[in-house]
Amino acid sequence: MEQKNRELAAAKEQWEKNLREKILPRFPERKERFLTHSEIPVETLYTPLDTENTDYLEELGMPGEYPYTRGVQPTMYRGRTWTMRQYAGFGTAEETNRRFKYLLDRGQMGLSVAFDLPTQIGYDSDHPLSFGEVGKVGVAIDSLKDMETLFKGIPLDKVSTSMTINSPAAVLMAMYIVVGEKQGVSMEQLSGTIQNDILKEYIARGTYIYPPEPSMRLITDTFEYCSAHLPNWNSISISGYHIREAGSTAVQEMAFTIANGIAYVEAAIKAGLDIDEFAPRLSFFFNAHLNFFEEIAKFRAARRIWARIMKDRFGAKNPKSLMLRFHTQTAGCTLTAQQPDVNIIRVACQALSAVLGGTQSLHTNSRDEALALPSEDSVLIALRTQQVIAYETGVTDTVDPLGGSYFVEDLTNRVEKAAMDYINRIEAIGGAVRAIEEGFQQMEIMDSAYKYQLEIESEERVVIGVNRFQIEERSPQDLLRVDPVLEENQRRKLSQLKQERDPLAVSGSLDRLKEAATGTGNLMPLILEAVRAYATLGEICDVLRDVFGEYQQKAIF
Amino acid sequence: MTNPVRILVAKPGLDGHDRGAKVIAQGFRNAGMEVIYTGLRQTPEQIVHTAIQEDVQVIALSCLSGAHRYLFPKVMELLKSEGVDDIIVLAGGVIPEEDIANLKEAGIREVFTSGTPIKVMLEFINENTGPVGGVL
Repeated sequence: MEQKNRELAAAKEQWEKNLREKILPRFPERKERFLTHSEIPVETLYTPLDTENTDYLEELGMPGEYPYTRGVQPTMYRGRTWTMRQYAGFGTAEETNRRFKYLLDRGQMGLSVAFDLPTQIGYDSDHPLSFGEVGKVGVAIDSLKDMETLFKGIPLDKVSTSMTINSPAAVLMAMYIVVGEKQGVSMEQLSGTIQNDILKEYIARGTYIYPPEPSMRLITDTFEYCSAHLPNWNSISISGYHIREAGSTAVQEMAFTIANGIAYVEAAIKAGLDIDEFAPRLSFFFNAHLNFFEEIAKFRAARRIWARIMKDRFGAKNPKSLMLRFHTQTAGCTLTAQQPDVNIIRVACQALSAVLGGTQSLHTNSRDEALALPSEDSVLIALRTQQVIAYETGVTDTVDPLGGSYFVEDLTNRVEKAAMDYINRIEAIGGAVRAIEEGFQQMEIMDSAYKYQLEIESEERVVIGVNRFQIEERSPQDLLRVDPVLEENQRRKLSQLKQERDPLAVSGSLDRLKEAATGTGNLMPLILEAVRAYATLGEICDVLRDVFGEYQQKAIF
Repeated sequence: MTNPVRILVAKPGLDGHDRGAKVIAQGFRNAGMEVIYTGLRQTPEQIVHTAIQEDVQVIALSCLSGAHRYLFPKVMELLKSEGVDDIIVLAGGVIPEEDIANLKEAGIREVFTSGTPIKVMLEFINENTGPVGGVL
């Protein structure tokens, strides 16, 4: 082996001198330095020398085995492809129910609910801050009644449902559970995910309600409830997606997400939960951006880092506790308003990187999302993009097809190292929550975002249609509009509900919730009771606002 | 010697997408302007109040949630009812072209949709703030 490597090193040196350096004067390379998005240098050529120190079984192993670098399942997509799951929701529950059925009829495998901002921040549609926002970025849900409409005719034992909901995640999960009950589907049969990841809301996404401490309590309450009652439910989706959208690099995205994951595990352990009870239901959510190979390296490195942290630091024994399972969405921030059809190609490349990185489920963005919510036609192309990758290209026929690539393995190692450096810095500050309070992650992301923008403006970074290959365009047609009448309708339905429900059941359940919130017991059973009584989301969240207070963000830039 | 332009970068409504707002805030600051950033979740009332308090010449509104059709004209309405007519209001975000005419009619001076370089905004501000213009 060593003899072989010496020969190889000599051959590479010869190549460098006799071939590469000779042609460089005539054919100079396009740039002085080639860097990934995270500024990891990329060399002209990679050979076995770049991976000679890799201990295969230690670093890579078999798929389905520790440290899961090559994938979490032994056969990956040879058995079943990833779940094609398009994030959807707008207007009222009726409208979104129709879009769900449209997608399921066309081969989508799982649902992913987009809620409007008032729902995400725990305001009813008639709250003054909700005006103008109802049904805009997602569906408006004020109470169990809307949730019943949202899933009408969709059997909850047949689909899995992911819900992008964070601060009020426990309330929306409770509504889903009760809709299941009414359909005759038990909690054990429900499968799905709540995002439930508050820390990245403080860092990047902005739909926080309560301060960190009570927010972490709500999260550990859901962990505990899920491990006792919902064996097929992912109690959290620890998300790097929005961190990346806010402008981070790939390394920052992954590192900050893992650091948040560590904080959740620590909070749950502190609350007295057993790691192997809740850890198997932790899931992750990453962004698939444009720097193709770095994205693949990021997914592979993330699996390895998480497995090691769970095993070495937290002493998890259950193999399922060690597996980093993740959903991926293509990068919304890379979509351009200019020449929007070109976005189809960007999305296809990003989706392919997620698949080559071993994702468990995938959302592909629609071409028109830099302009508006996606139209039906655009959503169909996005779904078809996944289907082409899954059923036509053959990339699904073997596990981790890029494993062993000198470049990809070297890059995986470098991404891992750079991410661990960040994770250790956050540890040194005192953990993710403390670092957020100091604004560490926020500042790092902001610097990266600004740099990225300057690179586009200086044309160092090419964006087709924006700073290169521009054309005169007609303004795009057929954009989806959310009819402003829907907002009025939603408020009317809400006031009707308030007249029809039993006011004593509502106020009684809210009083009991408030009392429990001042104590330390698990709040899930009380939230379920309030939901069943048709207390509104805003009423439930207000009770908790009274007890927990509200988070105030520092406006730093 | 001209005084630097004072500008309020504001996030009306519940939208949490602040990447664009923070990037332009940094760009304006690096161009020598005095920048005040409101942070998230500002009501139109709060924005108008801050703008008057801080005596700004320009307000840059950013919204990516689709609520601009309600929130931006509301800011203009409140400015008018406060008797303010000398603040230049600019807008950015995910704003379909068909909305731009309405926003301008409501008094928004210019709408910069995604992909607009910072320097284009700086030029616009400098051309429209007269003798107190910032430094490019």
